[in-house]
Amino acid sequence: MSLMSPWRDDFPGLSALAAEGQTYLDSAATAQKPQAMLDSLLGYYASGAANVHRAQHLPGERATRAFEATREKAARWLNAVSTEEIVFTRGTTESLNLLAYGLEHLFQPGEQIAVSALEHHANLLPWQQLAERRGLELLVLPLDADGQIDLDQAAALIGPRTRLLAVSQLSNVLGRWQPLPELIALTRAHGALSVVDGAQGVVHGRHDVRALGCDFYVCSSHKLYGPDGVGLLHGRQEALAQLRHWQHGGEMVLHADYHAARFRPAPLGFEAGTPPIAGIIAFGATLDYLAGLDAAAVVGHEAALHAKLLAGLAERDGVRLLGEPQVALASFTVDGLHSADLAHLLTEQGVAVRSGHHCAMPLLKRLGVAGAIRVSLGLYTDGEDLERFFSALDKALELLR
Amino acid sequence: MSLPAPAREALEAFAACPGWEQRARLLLQWGERLEPLDEDERNEANRVDGCDSLVWLVAEQRDGAWHFRAASEARVIRGLLAVLLARVDGLDARALVALDLPAWFDQLGLARQLSPSRANGLNAVLKRMAALAGR
Repeated sequence: MSLMSPWRDDFPGLSALAAEGQTYLDSAATAQKPQAMLDSLLGYYASGAANVHRAQHLPGERATRAFEATREKAARWLNAVSTEEIVFTRGTTESLNLLAYGLEHLFQPGEQIAVSALEHHANLLPWQQLAERRGLELLVLPLDADGQIDLDQAAALIGPRTRLLAVSQLSNVLGRWQPLPELIALTRAHGALSVVDGAQGVVHGRHDVRALGCDFYVCSSHKLYGPDGVGLLHGRQEALAQLRHWQHGGEMVLHADYHAARFRPAPLGFEAGTPPIAGIIAFGATLDYLAGLDAAAVVGHEAALHAKLLAGLAERDGVRLLGEPQVALASFTVDGLHSADLAHLLTEQGVAVRSGHHCAMPLLKRLGVAGAIRVSLGLYTDGEDLERFFSALDKALELLR
Repeated sequence: MSLPAPAREALEAFAACPGWEQRARLLLQWGERLEPLDEDERNEANRVDGCDSLVWLVAEQRDGAWHFRAASEARVIRGLLAVLLARVDGLDARALVALDLPAWFDQLGLARQLSPSRANGLNAVLKRMAALAGR
């Protein structure tokens, strides 16, 4: 069965890569961009750039309007209560660092932060370092065999000393949805804050931060078919009010004197300096584009592709999946072979997949593998991409065995 | 300057490769030539940080000439190390520093293996060699 993506032609990068003989299966690292986003990016610069929130002149007003329109679109995309809950950052990593610094004052020595064993370094290291600065204990919630946070063990570990939980919605290695409602309820029962790393999850399906009930939700534009250098931090209003300002500079200040200053509340109080204006405006164009797609058709297409990917991997001897992926990606090793050798031979054949530790060294160590190959999908991926991957994989296996 | 005999052999073999597949086969074969390292030589001090795979480099200087042995967990990397060692083994420090190793890999049709996005450790090995020779 051939699986055609009806949206593929909206992404000019794919035909450019195809012309070079490249098959792009690394969308979980960064996604290709729709023409609508490229037009917006060029359109902003070509029609006259201006800074935002500063000037009364027409170009400044136009830029500010377009910039703030993205905040509205992002708030709608996540079903936030208001635009005040959306802070623009430079990406998921910066959003998480903002939280780890902005919430630092809430922690007393001996208190706990809980993360899971599957976290990307971006959602591990800021908390690990905060724990070191404040003398906190970092709890690592274990996984079950499928690659899901074990709820019984989580319930046993999270307790009255736990002040914050930070977990991924969808693992970038295991491709598995995490039991967020249960974990967030557990966290709330102990009066702790919850942070959800939505970097991978936000790309697949629509997510409702109000229904989720987390205090903070963070994600990046570049994985969601938008420009790089742009990220979101969503915070419930009461949660945002607990953040201390962390980066100081232009436009985040209400009143400044030589020796003292007062700062704006969120969101602008957390957007010091000139933001990536073009990127944020163009991210708005991406969100418009995505909002115009048939969401059920996208989910259906991605599910069919994922099933084909898993079926193809299962057919091949010695292929071992990491966890039981549910969507978007699959990471695997092959018995007796080093993933660096496989990666080399796939690269030689123009197949762009990720190999190595996937920015989750502790997880790979815990799984007992030195590295793995990850194939990841986007809404523009089609069945032929997977067929090319499988024939390249077969060739690589033949050469190495 | 005349090439060492193993380097000439590598150049002839790789230059005759009509495509990626033959080149890959050849790399895998060359990787088998690496003299194995003892378990205790695979230590922290000899380890060169790649990313995807571990690489160890053992260097000794005898009568002014550098001799290297190297190992990796990954077979393709072993092949790359083998063609590297074929070119550098027995050189004195001055010749080693002067050597254009990217050009050597380019001659073999393996230039892309040195691109900055590669995490195969080859760049790190080159840096380690340069640092040793510059001492």
